[in-house]
Amino acid sequence: MEGFLLQVLSGLATGGIYASLALAVVMIFKATNLVNFAQGEMAMFSTYLAWQLLDWGMPYWGAFFLTIALAFVGGVVIERVVIRPFESHAAVLAVVTVFIGLFLILNSLAGWTWDHIIKVFPSPFPSGSVLGGYLSGHQLGLLGVTLSVLALVYLFFRFTPLGLAMRAAAENPESSRLVGIRVSWMLALGWGLAGALGAVAGMMVAPIVYLEPNMMAFVLIYAFAGALLGGIDNPWGAVVGGFTVGVLENVMGTYVVGTELKLSVALVIIITVLVAKPSGLFGKQLVTRV
Amino acid sequence: MAAILDAKDLHAFYGPTHVLHGVSFSVEPGGITTLLGANGAGKTTTLRALSGMVGTRGQVFFDGHPIGGKATEAVVRHGIAHVPEGRGTFAGMTVEENLRLGAYTQKDKTKLNQDFERVYNYFPRLKERSKQQAGTLSGGEQQMLAVSRALMMRPRLLLLDEPSFGLAPLVVQDIFSILRTINREDKVSMLLVEQNASQALAIADHAYLLETGRVMLSGTSEKIRNDDSVRRSYLGY
Repeated sequence: MEGFLLQVLSGLATGGIYASLALAVVMIFKATNLVNFAQGEMAMFSTYLAWQLLDWGMPYWGAFFLTIALAFVGGVVIERVVIRPFESHAAVLAVVTVFIGLFLILNSLAGWTWDHIIKVFPSPFPSGSVLGGYLSGHQLGLLGVTLSVLALVYLFFRFTPLGLAMRAAAENPESSRLVGIRVSWMLALGWGLAGALGAVAGMMVAPIVYLEPNMMAFVLIYAFAGALLGGIDNPWGAVVGGFTVGVLENVMGTYVVGTELKLSVALVIIITVLVAKPSGLFGKQLVTRV
Repeated sequence: MAAILDAKDLHAFYGPTHVLHGVSFSVEPGGITTLLGANGAGKTTTLRALSGMVGTRGQVFFDGHPIGGKATEAVVRHGIAHVPEGRGTFAGMTVEENLRLGAYTQKDKTKLNQDFERVYNYFPRLKERSKQQAGTLSGGEQQMLAVSRALMMRPRLLLLDEPSFGLAPLVVQDIFSILRTINREDKVSMLLVEQNASQALAIADHAYLLETGRVMLSGTSEKIRNDDSVRRSYLGY
C-alpha cells in the first residue's frame, strides 16, 4: 500500500509536467484547431537556453524567469514569422507541415549548437527525499512550480480583460474584431503563453530525463495522451488529463506492464479515448438553443 | 448638416465576385437610415464593407475621417458598432462576459459601470441572466445581448443587420421601441438593414432601396413608403 501511494505521488509530480505541456497544446488547438507537434521541441530549445544561461553563471531563478520570458517572445516570433502567413488560408496540411518543419529545425538547431551529448540539468530543489520518503525534493518542488503556473494561467484567463479577449478571439474571431480585439495579435500572445508554459515544463523535467535534443519526445506523447483524455478543446480537462496520465503511467508501469513498456500506457490511452469517447472526459458539451 | 456617415461609390468583393456596384448613401447625425431590399440585394454586404470585413473600393467618411478600406478593429475605434447578421454573440461565454467584451475599447472603470447599468436598464432580462451562457438564451434575448454589447462601446453609429430576424412580432416591437429610445436619448445614429420593410420605415427617417448591389431609390421614409413600386414589392399592399 505504501508503495502504491509512492507511485501515485511521484506520478502526480511528473503529471504536472504533462499537464503544463498538454495545456500549451490545447491553448493552440483552441485558437487554431491544430495540434502543434513542435510544442515539445520548443520546450526543449527553451531548456537549452536556460542551460546556456546557467553555464554563463547566472543564478538558477534568474535563468528560470529569463528563459520563460525568452520562450514567450520566441513563441510570439514563431507565430508572427512562420504561422501568420498561413493564418487566413484553410490549408490545414500546410500548417501541419510547418509544425513538422519547426520540429526538425529546432531539434537540429539544438543538436548543432549544443551537441547531442546528454547534459545534466540542475534542480533548484534539495536532492534528499521529503514527506517521509514519498517524494524527492525535486518532485515536490516541481509539483509546486507546475501547480502555481497552472493557477496563474487560470487566474489570467478568468479574471483579466486580456485573458477574456484571448478566449473571445479563440471562440469567435469575427465578433472579436467587431468589438475591437486585434485577433491576430491574440493568437500570437497565445503562442507566447504556450511557449512559456512549455519552457517551465522543459526546465522541470530536464533534471529527471537529462538534457538532450530528443528529451521531450516521450513527454509530448504523454502530454498528448493527457490532452486527449481530458478533451482536446478543454484546457482544464487537459490539466486533469495530464495529472491522470502521470499517475496511470507510474502505477501501470510498476504493477502491470513494467517500466520498459511504460510508454505503451500513453498509446493505449490515446487509442482508447479516440475509439471510445473522442471528445474526452471533459470535451465541450456546449448547450445551444436553435 | 454634414452627414455622420458618407459612403461614395462603394464597391465590395467576395474574392473575385463583385457584389456591390458603386453604392452611395449617407446617415444624418442622430438619424436612422435604413437599407431595404430583397435577399441578395447587398444589404449585409454594405454593412460588412463599412466595417472592413470584405474587400472594398470607394470612399467612406465617418465624421469627416476616411475609414474606407480600414481594418475592422480600426473602424470600431472610430465609434462604429456593428451588430452582425446572426447576432454574433460569444455563445460559450456568460452574458456579463459578452458585455465586458463589448466594452473592450473602454478603459475607464466608472464609465464601464455606468454602461452596465444603462444596458441592464434597457434590458432587465439580461441582468437576471448575467451569469448564464449566452448560447442558452432565447433568440430575442440574444438579440438584446447583441445590441447591448454594441452599446457597451459607446458608439456614435450603430450598424444593425436584421435585428428582427427570426423573432416573434411582439419581441420585434420591443426591440425596435428600445432602438428608438437609444437613438433619441443616447444620440446614437443608426444604419439599419431590414427585410421587414414596414417596421424599418416606421423607425427610420431616410431609406435606400437596394437591388443587386445598386441603389434603385432613395429619399425620406415618407417618400419611400408612398412609392407605388415599393409598396407592391416590399410592403405587400
